[in-house]
Amino acid sequence: MEAAAAELESKPAKRAGRRFWRILIQQRYLYLMSLPFIAWAFVFSYLPLWGWTMAFQKFRPGRPFLDQEWVGLQYFRELFHDPQFYLVLRNTIAMSTMSLVAGFTVPILFALVLNEVRSMSVKRFVQTVSYLPHFVSWVVVAGLVTKMLATDGVVNGILMGLHLIDQPIQYMAKGNLFWYIVTGSDVWKEMGWNTIIYLAAISGIGPELYEAAKVDGAGRLRSIWHITLPGIRSTIIILLIISIGHLISIGFEKQFLLGNPLVSDYAQVLDLYALNYGLSMGRFSFGTAINIFNSIISLFLLFVANGVFKRITKESVF
Amino acid sequence: MASNTVKSRAAWSISTFDVFIYLILAIVTVVTLYPFLNVLAISLNDSTDSVRGGLTIYPRVFTLKNYETIFAFGGLMTGLKISILRTVAGTLMGLVSASMLAFTISRADFQGRRFVSTFLALTMYVSGGLIPFYILIRDLHMIGTFAVYVLPGLVSAFNVFIIRSFIDGIPFALQESAKLDGANDWTIYWRVILPLTKPALATIALFLAVGQWNAWFDTYLYNGSSPHLTTLQFELMKVLQSTTTNADSFRGRNMTEVMRQISPESVKMAITIVVTVPILVVYPFLQKYFVKGMTLGAVKS
Repeated sequence: MEAAAAELESKPAKRAGRRFWRILIQQRYLYLMSLPFIAWAFVFSYLPLWGWTMAFQKFRPGRPFLDQEWVGLQYFRELFHDPQFYLVLRNTIAMSTMSLVAGFTVPILFALVLNEVRSMSVKRFVQTVSYLPHFVSWVVVAGLVTKMLATDGVVNGILMGLHLIDQPIQYMAKGNLFWYIVTGSDVWKEMGWNTIIYLAAISGIGPELYEAAKVDGAGRLRSIWHITLPGIRSTIIILLIISIGHLISIGFEKQFLLGNPLVSDYAQVLDLYALNYGLSMGRFSFGTAINIFNSIISLFLLFVANGVFKRITKESVF
Repeated sequence: MASNTVKSRAAWSISTFDVFIYLILAIVTVVTLYPFLNVLAISLNDSTDSVRGGLTIYPRVFTLKNYETIFAFGGLMTGLKISILRTVAGTLMGLVSASMLAFTISRADFQGRRFVSTFLALTMYVSGGLIPFYILIRDLHMIGTFAVYVLPGLVSAFNVFIIRSFIDGIPFALQESAKLDGANDWTIYWRVILPLTKPALATIALFLAVGQWNAWFDTYLYNGSSPHLTTLQFELMKVLQSTTTNADSFRGRNMTEVMRQISPESVKMAITIVVTVPILVVYPFLQKYFVKGMTLGAVKS
């Protein structure tokens, strides 16, 4: 296939310079099948970047671009002087770090457990069940979590039944529990789904390694430690780099749906802040400044993570 | 003798290990399924009886009245209609765009290939953010339209790359022989590539359909004040978010009627089941495909 492709490529390539248009006509269907969508992607993915100019203007909707008043970094200054911003930043960093740690280690552990299951039908059944929460919406998950953690919910029921607590706890009203609830919900929803990639990587490890370990007298725990884990090392590192790049763009769905006014000091994250203090109040410029701050930190983290891991392990996503 | 003890010790340690493994599996299964079963039980239980609490995974006083009541309510039917429409339209259009783009960038002879694939790859890293996007949608006059559900997310680079890596696995000779038979690129796409990429298309169709079915924020942001365009997830969100569950929570006055007949809790649970069931029916049958799709995507990227 490679050879055939290369031949197809090199033949026209020799004459390409002059005959660009002729090939274009020959490949008209390929152009027709790609360029309209590229134009589409330009509008919806690249054009919003132009909107970043709003952060440097006193943006008033409906006015032509050139009539907007330029204010330089005023909105960034406003942002960095807002005490609320630091609270929001703290929440964002706390929840994203917790999600990163839990959302990263739990699927690996679960994949290791699944890999040790000998009955294929049991393994399949548990996998199918564990994928279910990934496919339901955050709206539903937030509803389920709220229901389970309600004063008459199952969690309070079990704890009271075990006499660990005397009074039901109002979990959703406690600000200091909010981060844990969000992280727990996240793990509950995505744990099964995230094992897919690890299980695929594990299945790529040669069985002869396990045979050899067995001959050498290694037990199953030792095999996991010395063969399975090193075998999926590069998968783990690449996924870790990608997760770090997404560290502060954690979105706001969970926080929006699970939060309530009682816990807002712990629930407000950057995107939610941009929504509530930018968009909802019509402060487009201020909100855009928040979005820009978010994007720049994300890119920075991605490059730093990639650089650090490249040094240590020679693995890289770029 | 000595070897015998070693053997039995090994056998013993293996069995505790297995017990431990199966214990974890049992816990994961229960923790995952219990919330759904509990909600199902409440939704099938008499509303007045549910208020007593203590329901677990089966209804105490079985009834279908909760479902009859919510379906008799017009707002929910609009939501259902719009949700189905956007799922069908979004999935079909997404499949067309992703498969066409994937086909073009899989063709080594396509002279626009580098440009197209780089242009797409960059969309995975750049994002203008919420507010610039909102302004764009507003400037395009897409607020308060059905199009806002389908058009902005039409092109997804991730989906394109999954299908493309699948096409790469199809022998190029098939395309060449079709060409010798006089097929043009369109015919090759339609007659050769599409039938052979069915497993990848099934995966992408599932991702697209689930994404469309589950979306609620676009409704909240762009169509929250267009009652004829709200979706099921958005209606559920509104009911769940209202802690007071009074008249405003769910289409104003009408909802008071619903709430008078059955408790807000029963309404929430029944709608939750209505939005979850379609997913439950579909995903287990596509498991083989999406596991493969995810794996392919991960290996390539």
